[in-house]
Amino acid sequence: MPLLFAQGLRKSFGETRAVDGVDFFVESEELVSLVGSNGAGKTTLVNLLSGLLVPDAGSIAFQDTDITAVPVRDRIRAGIARSFQLVNLFDQLSALDNVRLAIFSRDGTTRQVLRLAERNRPAREEALEVLRDFGLEDKWDTPAAGLAQGERKLLDVALAYALRPKLILLDEPTSGVGTREKGTIMDAVAQLVRERFLAAVIVEHDMDVVFAYSHRIVMMHQGKVLAEGTPEQIRADERVAAALLGKA
Amino acid sequence: MSGVQHSPDAAMPLDTARGAHGVQPALWYTAALALLALLLPFLEGVPVIGWLASPFQRIQLTYGLVFSIAALAFNLLLGYTGLLSFGHAAFFGGAAYAAGLLVKYLHVYSMEGFLLAGLTSATVLAAVFGSVCVRYTRIFFSILTLALSQVLWALALKFFWITNGTDGLSIPTPILLGGLVGTAGDKVRFLSFTYYYYVLFIFFICVAVMGVIAASPFGKALQAIRDNEVRAQFVGIGVRRYRWYAFVISGAFTGVAGALFAPLNGLTTPDILHWTFSGKIVFMTVLGGFKSFIGPILGGVAYNYLETYVIKTTEYWQMLLGIILVALVLVMPQGIVGVFAWGSRRERRNR
Ligand SMILES: Nc1ncnc2c1ncn2[C@@H]1O[C@H](COP(=O)(O)OP(=O)(O)OP(=O)(O)O)[C@@H](O)[C@H]1O
Ligand SMILES: [Mg+2]
Repeated sequence: MPLLFAQGLRKSFGETRAVDGVDFFVESEELVSLVGSNGAGKTTLVNLLSGLLVPDAGSIAFQDTDITAVPVRDRIRAGIARSFQLVNLFDQLSALDNVRLAIFSRDGTTRQVLRLAERNRPAREEALEVLRDFGLEDKWDTPAAGLAQGERKLLDVALAYALRPKLILLDEPTSGVGTREKGTIMDAVAQLVRERFLAAVIVEHDMDVVFAYSHRIVMMHQGKVLAEGTPEQIRADERVAAALLGKA
Repeated sequence: MSGVQHSPDAAMPLDTARGAHGVQPALWYTAALALLALLLPFLEGVPVIGWLASPFQRIQLTYGLVFSIAALAFNLLLGYTGLLSFGHAAFFGGAAYAAGLLVKYLHVYSMEGFLLAGLTSATVLAAVFGSVCVRYTRIFFSILTLALSQVLWALALKFFWITNGTDGLSIPTPILLGGLVGTAGDKVRFLSFTYYYYVLFIFFICVAVMGVIAASPFGKALQAIRDNEVRAQFVGIGVRRYRWYAFVISGAFTGVAGALFAPLNGLTTPDILHWTFSGKIVFMTVLGGFKSFIGPILGGVAYNYLETYVIKTTEYWQMLLGIILVALVLVMPQGIVGVFAWGSRRERRNR
């Protein structure tokens, strides 16, 4: 069985069938790109996999365990982390504290009530290291609200990364960031997949990025999977070309 | 430091993550104020500050410190967790009544007994209220806390044979530390000296403990929940459970304040259970500045002076409170602390 295995997923919002019978899997150490035009259902699929939404039908298994109805917190424990298309950060907390919270939570130390967070040196060092990985070390003391848009996007991904998941779901991690930062994010993710034997699902519009980094590409259209394959196969697929042209 | 706008612990001396720049002066001010408070009873007749040291003023300050503890505790919920409770009178008043009932039925006059009873009753009340209220946020949370605390107020009125209704329960001069420190016959002397120190030390303990809580990993988790509930969930924090913990801790410390208030006031009446008293706690906190740790301390003390001096000079006291609150929210949402921070920023810029 693959690391993550979803079958027959459906989710409707009123009349809109956002996800309409999708089968989806991710192998360990695999980097899968999820592509498709606006409104194709990519975010909704990520929401179903991460537990933000409950599917109307279908099932999701992670490491051979059914997690279809498992709450978010337990999915995080199991090793599924995500970032957000629309940045979700702790705005009044410093970049360091944002990352540190992920680390505290992962280690179960958020239960410490009578110990200064600052006293936990290893957590501080690790958080600074994560910030360094994302080129944010100079901004460690800046509240998240005070960061530039691109930096906020980086920090959003860094939070998911700091949880040391087995599977990381990144919803448009490079949208709205500069070309150089795009490389930073994608390199960090690709490195993670390689070094930490992690799997990643990346929702991405930039096809150059998609072709450069993915092991496999899944293309969605109107809630359904339209095409699936290696970058070479997808490049050659006429339906994909048509759908992409339709979008452009 | 410009961090004041963003981080609730920006003005907190305990957070060593802040640059030395912002921490050092704050630490010095805190140390100086603490020293002043410790020496105060011996400063009568000293020029400039001597008036503050009179027995009457020391009792006023004691009231202020008690309110500060309540406001600090309240702010663990408002400033740190992002929940606006309108029911904290229940924990303050509940604790004071616990002390009163201890006197009435068990003839216990020990202050530590009052504190234990107050702390326990407030904690239990907060645990029960919290389990209902933290299912909701924003206005729903506020209204639920208000409604539940009003139930307690109504009970205090209805069961008059227990609570003495509007007359309230009288609290005699308590025995401190099992009689170890002076239980002089003179009530003013007792309140302005012995009890002043007693409250001051408990105040220091409460500030230290709440300061550590605020800067602990747990405290950071609360701030994370305040800032972004969804993301807090997605880093694995049990949002509702942590809100409940915060509620109980906040209620417990408010109970300590209530227990200290009882002998100071000598009487517990239902008005400290009424929602308008919850409103006063909200007011103190906003007045001092709910976005910093120390704001509520200043707010509690300042509020007490406002009430003592302004209520005498105008019959439009309530209206004045309202006007001040509106002005605070509109013009200086950072409260008194914000004004100080603004002043020191200007100073630094001018250098
Ligand atoms: N919470 C919601 N309520 C109602 N409709 C929704 C909701 N979320 C998504 N939709 C609809 O579901 C469809 C799929 O949306 P989704 O956000 O999954 O697309 P997407 O592929 O992520 O698009 P984009 O590239 O623009 O991010 C769209 O038609 C959208 O309007
Ligand atoms: Mg999307």
